[in-house]
Amino acid sequence: MDRIEGLAKLTGAERYVDDLPLDGTLWGMTVRSPVPRGRITGVHFGSGVDWNEFVVVDHHDIPGDNTVLLIETDQPLLAGDYVRHVEEPVALIAHRSREMVRRAIREIEVTVDPDPPIFDFTAEPTDDQIQHGSDNALKRIDVIKGDVDAALAGAAHVVEGEYRTGSQEHVYLENQGMIAWEEDGVLMIKGSLQCPFYVLKAAVRALARESDRVRIVQAPTGGGFGGKEEYPSMIALHAALLALKAEQPVRIIYDRGEDMRATTKRHPSLVRHRTGVDSDGRLVAQDIDVALDGGAYVTLSPVVLSRGVIHAAGPYACANVRIRGRAMLTNSPPHGAFRGFGAPQTHFANERHMDVVAATIGIDPDEFRRRNLIVDGQTTATGQTITDGTDRVALLDHALELSSYRERQSEHQALNASHPYLRRGIGMAAFHHGAGFTGSGEVMLASELELAGLADGRIEVLSANIEMGQGTLTVFTKLVCDRLGLAPEQVVIADADTGRVPDSGPTVASRTTMVVGRLVERACDDLRRQLGLDDSDSGDRVTRAIIDWHIEHNKPLVGHAKYKPPPGIEWDEATYTGDAYATYGWATYVAEVEVDLRTYTARVTDFVAVQDVGTVLHETLARGQIQGGVVQAIGWALTEECAWNNGVMQNNQLTNYIIPTSDDVPPIRVSFVENPFAHGPRGAKGLGELPMDGPAPAIANAVARAIDADPHEIPLTPEHLMDLLSNGR
Amino acid sequence: MTVFMPTTLAEALEVRRDHDAIPMAGGTDLLVHWPEQLKLHDRDYLDLWGIDELRHIEWSDDTLELGALTTYWDVITDAKVGAAYPLLVDAARQIGAVQIQARGTWAGNIANGSPAADGVSVLMVYGASVVIASHDKHRQVPLERFYYGYKEMDLAPDELIVAIRIPNRTYRHERFIKVGSRRAQAIAKVGAAIVSNGSGWRVVASSVAPTIRRCPTIEAQISDGELLGSPDDLLPAIRADVSPIDDLRSTAAYRERVMSRILYYAIKEMSYQ
Amino acid sequence: MGADATTPPMNRPPIKVPFTLNGMEITVSIDPAERLLDTLRYRLGMTGSKEGCGEGECGACTVHVDDIPVNSCLIPTYQVRNAEVRTIESIDPSDVGALLASGATQCGACTPGVVMTAMWVREHPELLVTHTLRELMAGNLCRCTGYDGIIDGVRQSLKEGPQ
Repeated sequence: MDRIEGLAKLTGAERYVDDLPLDGTLWGMTVRSPVPRGRITGVHFGSGVDWNEFVVVDHHDIPGDNTVLLIETDQPLLAGDYVRHVEEPVALIAHRSREMVRRAIREIEVTVDPDPPIFDFTAEPTDDQIQHGSDNALKRIDVIKGDVDAALAGAAHVVEGEYRTGSQEHVYLENQGMIAWEEDGVLMIKGSLQCPFYVLKAAVRALARESDRVRIVQAPTGGGFGGKEEYPSMIALHAALLALKAEQPVRIIYDRGEDMRATTKRHPSLVRHRTGVDSDGRLVAQDIDVALDGGAYVTLSPVVLSRGVIHAAGPYACANVRIRGRAMLTNSPPHGAFRGFGAPQTHFANERHMDVVAATIGIDPDEFRRRNLIVDGQTTATGQTITDGTDRVALLDHALELSSYRERQSEHQALNASHPYLRRGIGMAAFHHGAGFTGSGEVMLASELELAGLADGRIEVLSANIEMGQGTLTVFTKLVCDRLGLAPEQVVIADADTGRVPDSGPTVASRTTMVVGRLVERACDDLRRQLGLDDSDSGDRVTRAIIDWHIEHNKPLVGHAKYKPPPGIEWDEATYTGDAYATYGWATYVAEVEVDLRTYTARVTDFVAVQDVGTVLHETLARGQIQGGVVQAIGWALTEECAWNNGVMQNNQLTNYIIPTSDDVPPIRVSFVENPFAHGPRGAKGLGELPMDGPAPAIANAVARAIDADPHEIPLTPEHLMDLLSNGR
Repeated sequence: MTVFMPTTLAEALEVRRDHDAIPMAGGTDLLVHWPEQLKLHDRDYLDLWGIDELRHIEWSDDTLELGALTTYWDVITDAKVGAAYPLLVDAARQIGAVQIQARGTWAGNIANGSPAADGVSVLMVYGASVVIASHDKHRQVPLERFYYGYKEMDLAPDELIVAIRIPNRTYRHERFIKVGSRRAQAIAKVGAAIVSNGSGWRVVASSVAPTIRRCPTIEAQISDGELLGSPDDLLPAIRADVSPIDDLRSTAAYRERVMSRILYYAIKEMSYQ
Repeated sequence: MGADATTPPMNRPPIKVPFTLNGMEITVSIDPAERLLDTLRYRLGMTGSKEGCGEGECGACTVHVDDIPVNSCLIPTYQVRNAEVRTIESIDPSDVGALLASGATQCGACTPGVVMTAMWVREHPELLVTHTLRELMAGNLCRCTGYDGIIDGVRQSLKEGPQ
């Protein structure tokens, strides 16, 4: 089956939010804070502009609570008297001419009486920098297993390391955008987003409207990667405030510069490891400290921290683990959801550290991993017993074989000894990624999904889960077809429109295929049950029965499904112990790099990605997810660096924020080891985030081999590599 | 905004004489972030794109002349130019990607005056001259004497660059090295163009000074045949010739050190050819 | 009150620009400050070409002008007078089958630009004597596919040749 909306995209027919007709709409723009922290003393409108021509909105125009509701309510929709980061929204204007809005916005000055900001999330805040609780910690999470101190005291070797990662911009190719208008008393908001019900809940709170007087509709979304998880609520409500005041449709479309300056990025991290190993090379203690830069408001930092902390000890068995995590407030724009959600940061530290430990104790890095990878019956850091039947050592060996790991090593040795300036190396990372929401998250979401049997016998899937390139439409269609024996033309997927679809949860956390896809299957079964059909009935019999039912009842037959946790899952939020995820994807990635000592440039020359993500439902889509994730992670590892100055991103242009082009990356060689997951649709597990976790440490380990140095920080830009080689840092 | 759209050079030079209009060739520099460049919306423009007489590649006995509208792509796809001046093709292929190469012009690259201009560096190393015209006169300036300082150049408000002339010479060694932040679509962090013939070496450096410039001290050091033991032996000459800075794209320390390494290895490799 | 991305806010007299768009001769009256991308998207309603960066870096706005790919965000519309402009809207679905099968599109925002470059390469296979496919496609940034789906699809469509 080809991608359902593929032809529309390949011929330019797909209509994204900025492609919708313009008739009667105004262009909105956001007035933003010029400074990182302080009390607003005024918003001054220049005299050279006829402001009567403009719709102007500030916090006084907010009918409900001035908040963008998420986990907490600390983030204002429009700053009233205080700002906590540069680019924080303060006011909004709209006009029918886009150029007039752009000209006018330059004539508005926000004046602020500054307070001392904090930008270093690893530093102890001074008293006058404290803005949250007693110490600026937005969230702390500890995971404790066994007795780390005793185990470290008795360990044959103790190895320490400190690892840093920088912020990363999503660079979805479609910038953020929203349109809002009122229609028969209902506020309509349509745009580029991942989580329609997040926007709805935020709208109900800030606009003081009943949920049936607001409808959120997803427009085809040109990439998300987490960047359209929480921030769209902000833009949606801004467009809504302008539209309500103007009594006209208003669209807000960020350009690339505004999008990069103002919206979320991946959390920067600092992770410290102290690791105890016995004389056989087995892990006896992992003492891990995780710090994330949360930015100026709580937003999603608690859950990003949670996933980061849970993955911090890697896919290894160790009886004594202590992970202390904290997300710290800084006066940077809030960091947010980004593919992997904390796990890429902690996996980078852990997998880089595994190589450092192996080298320190004199074991090959592959052998060190082989001795410590979890085997069935052993437990993770949170005490979750793994019994899924995946042979993680065999998976690692498969990756080494595909990458010709040993042969390459000897080739590299020969080259490195003789070449004047080229150095090659090969490195690996073994890792895992929990699919779906963490802990009891899925139970709390209690996702629901419906299938409607239409008059013509087609089946409509009603869910809140959206297509942003990852393949939701195709996977859902395929699941219905496979379950009921139908052809793709007999399945339609409803728009993710909160006025029509049940809340099947957000499109995040590698959950759509695995969790919601399973609901699709169960709703198919529910349809069949209501039709009085057997499990073996499919195809025309199903279609005929749906048509007959419609004739008899004169309305669609609706099949339902509601989330049920797999049996035996237990999670204790208070102690952070138990089954953190229903299942995990497992992987080993191998990267080969070439470093040019003339320019200190590292380039990936080969990449092998082997993973178990359960049953692969659609080979092309699954491979595309892995390849795309790997390349996004190659960028994070080597070139993507946000140049911050006083909380402002200086390089907010695609000329200066460097993502890989087709000419910068090799073909990404993907291999799936399929071990079906009993509670996923046809055995599938989530896979979208997994490929973000492994490439950075694999590349850093390869660079370490190539130049015989120990990188502790990414991105490994040429400037950083030069420092590393000349100063050892 | 008034846009003048002449079809002959003579008309264009009259516009240049009579109006304060910004000359526009392929637009690849002027149109960057255009919607936000509101001050530029209030200016007048002289669109050169319709002047066919500026669109030529002409050979004579001793020079190659590129009309002011010659694009990078024109050169990339001209096998004769590629054979005679391989560095022009090397540089052109590393400017943006095809979408930029198709519109960006060599003359525009000169007029924009960027210290990172890849096209300027290879033209300069080949000893090119800028042909300049106004309504009442023509003149020719060697490219290496064209710039005074950052974005400052020997071009009067009533003048236009109408062509570039490159002398026909044979070289024993030719090399263009661009160090960008990725392989395509990158602006040079540091770069060098190097040629040599029997009478010595010419070295032009990019992104390490307010302008693209020749490096006489480096040239003298290499031309003297002094043995280089390591890249660091070039550092004093590099410091004499250029003055790299820290900016958004790189650091002064990186630029200086990498300049020494790309030059050292290029010279070494060429000397063994 | 019609909304408007294109009407000049101040006194900028319009310019009439005749050109050929997807094989049809048209004349549009434009604001001189309009980019070709704006004319296509907001004046002519041809929204297939996308704005990804506005600085000629991402290639999502790629169209052909006189049979070569260009960034329509970097071209003032008055510069295409008398030129032949070809956009994604001219592409027949039967031409992109190989790209569909290979997974060349995911989110679709870069896709129209990718397709326009890919079609040009397919129509000029001689380019592959001097250039690699990855070099020719380097002006189209994609954040979803990691490029393999695109490169595989273009390679396959080269085998099939222009229709």
